Amino acid sequence: MGLLSKKDQKLILDPLADDNPITIQVLGICSALAITAQLKASIVMSISVIFVLGVGNVVISLMRNIIPSKIRIIVQLVVVATLVIIVDQVLKAYAYSLSKELSVFVGLIITNCIIMGRFEAFALGNGPWRSFLDGIGNALGYGVILIIVGFFRELFGSGTLLGFKVLGDPIEKTGLYATGYENNGFMLLSPMALIVVGLIIWVQRSRNKALIEEN
Amino acid sequence: MANTDGNGYTIGFATVMVFVVGGVLAFLATYLKEPIRQNERFEKQQSILYAMGVHENGDDTGSVNFIPTDKVEEAYETYIKETYVIQGGNIEKSEEAFTIDMKKQSKFSKSERKMPLFVGERDGKKFYVIPMYGKGLWDAIWGYVALDDKLIVQGATFDHKGETPGLGANIKERYFMDDFIGEQIMNGNKYAGITVAKGNNDPKNETKDDNEVDALAGATITGDGVSAMLKSTLKSYIPHIQNLK
Repeated sequence: MGLLSKKDQKLILDPLADDNPITIQVLGICSALAITAQLKASIVMSISVIFVLGVGNVVISLMRNIIPSKIRIIVQLVVVATLVIIVDQVLKAYAYSLSKELSVFVGLIITNCIIMGRFEAFALGNGPWRSFLDGIGNALGYGVILIIVGFFRELFGSGTLLGFKVLGDPIEKTGLYATGYENNGFMLLSPMALIVVGLIIWVQRSRNKALIEEN
Repeated sequence: MANTDGNGYTIGFATVMVFVVGGVLAFLATYLKEPIRQNERFEKQQSILYAMGVHENGDDTGSVNFIPTDKVEEAYETYIKETYVIQGGNIEKSEEAFTIDMKKQSKFSKSERKMPLFVGERDGKKFYVIPMYGKGLWDAIWGYVALDDKLIVQGATFDHKGETPGLGANIKERYFMDDFIGEQIMNGNKYAGITVAKGNNDPKNETKDDNEVDALAGATITGDGVSAMLKSTLKSYIPHIQNLK
């Protein structure tokens, strides 16, 4: 990352670990629970959020001096909604199968608290380039957790990864299933996503004591 | 920089924003209308053909492979011989069948509803492809089921708008859709439909005359939605198929 100054690097790297939007700020949990039953959905959602947050942060940052403060939340909402509709329509026209894959998730991006959070907390007070880095960084931090959770939920819940039967066939009883192993259907339900996120938070905090709040 | 806190400025800003955003989206929608319509038409043709067994699935039970979009229109012309519209007990040959919006029709009462029927022919065998539309857990589900002369299911394809990924969304997976092939919708002389049943002691779906297919784990309501959709739709087509054959 020779191109970026120390400060700029921090914008990208901090949200990946020590300032992660999901595990530290506990934002964007709603979508993290809803869509992580499969790894593929997690990856696709991450990519969409990277795009929307990166571009959205730049747009808000460019407009930051002319947005009337009374209606700034509405303006932010309009920007996210517009971007999401553009993504949705373009996918429908030129990548139809992918857009079907995404279906509800595209709409869900609008409700993602991370996006409004970054607009409000960062883009309104910083220039476009730094806002862009901040957007990409936070979206990556969100994506990393989504992919980790999606990995474990799909592996233990369905015995597959990206649809491939990595553990053998549960009906034909091959591979690991021959030894009596069973899929844990519970992993496919939303509460388990919360537990997996909880475990990630636990591991992260036990490795980095600085993250533990005193009270 | 002007005062951005004044009421006049705020209202002005909001007005301009509405026009700019509205303009951008309206332009985009008009510009992309044609490709989107075309994609939807291809998808419908792919689904109809898939139900009657025109697809590119391999022998394994892996993924669903529709006929590619660049070949679908030609294939549709080749395989689909006649289309009908059923309304109020009358059946009429009509080109309109393909453009009927199932969602709109589902709002009418049964006697007023227009019901499309696609009759296809492949390898000398006749297929009656029946479109259907129903409710899943979160949103709409729909599908196409192909019957033969003897009212045995020859193929089925389902899709959904927003079922839970990994659970209800699996109705569009091949292992679920393939289960329907060979199932009977009649129980003796009585109409039974097909039930998506939990714990039916036949997870590999070897008994084909039990009017049941194995349900998906964790997707009770989606499964019930599929059962209800099949039961109510197929029933109204039976007399017409018996007249046509």
